[in-house]
Amino acid sequence: MDGSVARRFLLGLAPWAGAVLLWYGVRWSGFVNPSLIPAPHRVAAKFVELLLHEGLLFDVYASTRRVFLGVVLGILVAVPVGFLLGWYRSARTFADPMINFFRALPPIALIPLVIVYFGVDEAAKLVILFYASFFAGVIVMYEGVSQITPLYIRVAQTLGAGEFEIFRKVIIPLTVPHILTALRVALGVAWATLVASELIAAQRGLGALIQNASTYFLLDVIYVGIICIGCVALIMDMILRRISARLLVWQERAVG
Amino acid sequence: MNIANSIHRAQFDRVSLEFKTPKGRLRVVEDVSYEINDGDFIAVIGPSGCGKTTMMSMLAGFQKPTTGKVLFDGQPVKGPGPERGVIFQEYGVFPWLTVKENIAFGLKLKANHVPLAERDQICEHYLMLMGLADFANSYPKHLSGGMRQRLAIARAYAVKPQFLLMDEPFGALDAQTRANMQNLLLKVLAAEGKTVMLITHSVEEAIYLSSRIVVVTARPARIKQIIDVPFGYPRDETLQERPEFGELRSHIRELVMSEYRAQQAQLRPASFSE
Ligand SMILES: Nc1ncnc2c1ncn2[C@@H]1O[C@H](COP(=O)(O)OP(=O)(O)OP(=O)(O)O)[C@@H](O)[C@H]1O
Ligand SMILES: [Mg+2]
Repeated sequence: MDGSVARRFLLGLAPWAGAVLLWYGVRWSGFVNPSLIPAPHRVAAKFVELLLHEGLLFDVYASTRRVFLGVVLGILVAVPVGFLLGWYRSARTFADPMINFFRALPPIALIPLVIVYFGVDEAAKLVILFYASFFAGVIVMYEGVSQITPLYIRVAQTLGAGEFEIFRKVIIPLTVPHILTALRVALGVAWATLVASELIAAQRGLGALIQNASTYFLLDVIYVGIICIGCVALIMDMILRRISARLLVWQERAVG
Repeated sequence: MNIANSIHRAQFDRVSLEFKTPKGRLRVVEDVSYEINDGDFIAVIGPSGCGKTTMMSMLAGFQKPTTGKVLFDGQPVKGPGPERGVIFQEYGVFPWLTVKENIAFGLKLKANHVPLAERDQICEHYLMLMGLADFANSYPKHLSGGMRQRLAIARAYAVKPQFLLMDEPFGALDAQTRANMQNLLLKVLAAEGKTVMLITHSVEEAIYLSSRIVVVTARPARIKQIIDVPFGYPRDETLQERPEFGELRSHIRELVMSEYRAQQAQLRPASFSE
């Protein structure tokens, strides 16, 4: 490992170490009742216990699968819809208020309706995550697509490109960055919605874990659940960022 | 003489254009008429913001005249097409393609029928000519402004359009590179017999390259004067030392300067006029 890699690793680690220290600090400062803040090492011990004896990995898997499916389905629909709205200005003025109306509704408020229409199975949870991902994705897509300058299309036309060639060779490359951004935003929103979606009679999953723990006031379990959600979300985002960097080497960045 | 010869390659016929803006109508081109024939090299010169690019984009097929007609081969221009190559003022190099892929872009399009075997050779040729060989596999983000401009020129030349519309194509280049590019253009024209409409701010460039100079007024662009350049082709840089060149330059400079002053007077804020 050369020096710069090691340094970046340490730099990345520093804020986490800081957060743990702060956590201990708050606990020991006496401002907060220590019984309300489990110590980091107790949370870590709980983590190991849940991992070994309670099948924590299965909760992680169940939640990750839900988020993944919800986001993939949401984005699959958001990409064409967002593209059309961004591309055709008239479609946008017509659909804009609608989208903002639905986007403003918190998924948690929809749960009773979702239960009525979709029951309490896996499908119901997916619907919530799909809803959240779709509306996050569609906005990013149409904002991005509507900002594509006509210049490149004009250039391609003067070089002799036909409609289909323009779509394949100009519009798609210009859209890819917006799809990736939409994915990232949707992923964040979906993780944020996960706990709400698992309010629907979920037995397993990180959201269910947190809710069950809250019934029995198991603060350390709640902390484990929250940290797991954060970690998996972070890992997924990192993977997506890697893919973006690969696909978008050509993009100019403010910081290399 | 048959009928085909009496049709001009391109023609502006009493063309006016107005943009609708939030503040009302903005008249940008007013009653412009002139013809471009095969083998002509038209230079358009006039103050910044007067409407030159707008005029060109009507011929390129991106704007429609409000009144009057813009004809190409006797037909009203309906849209852009590969027979009218355009070098845009903003270059428009594709940022997601490497330098070489940018040049190859046009060659791979169905409309241009370039055989697979020749594409690479054409790319290499223009990479060399434009001094971009070392950057063949770089993305445009790594190029300087002048290099991007040369890339845009290479990409347009590569598909060999019969008619070239060039909007300040050498504006970002240093004096030496610019002279190089001008001579290269003259060579390409001699070899391939193109027709060109060039927008420039440089009086010298206009005289050195063109066969006819259209001087336009401050906005809205009207024709101030059309000047035949009395020099034959081929030309070389010694032309610029001839006394006739100097005289023509002073004459055109005076025309351009008077329009520039007119524009400044227009722009002067009301509070200064008292
Ligand atoms: N699409 C548009 N909508 C409204 N106004 C426009 C539009 N395009 C250009 N204009 C206006 O028309 C005028 C002429 O613009 P144009 O680009 O043709 O100038 P130009 O002569 O090419 O200038 P320059 O030498 O600086 O390139 C400008 O005042 C500009 O603001
Ligand atoms: Mg211009």
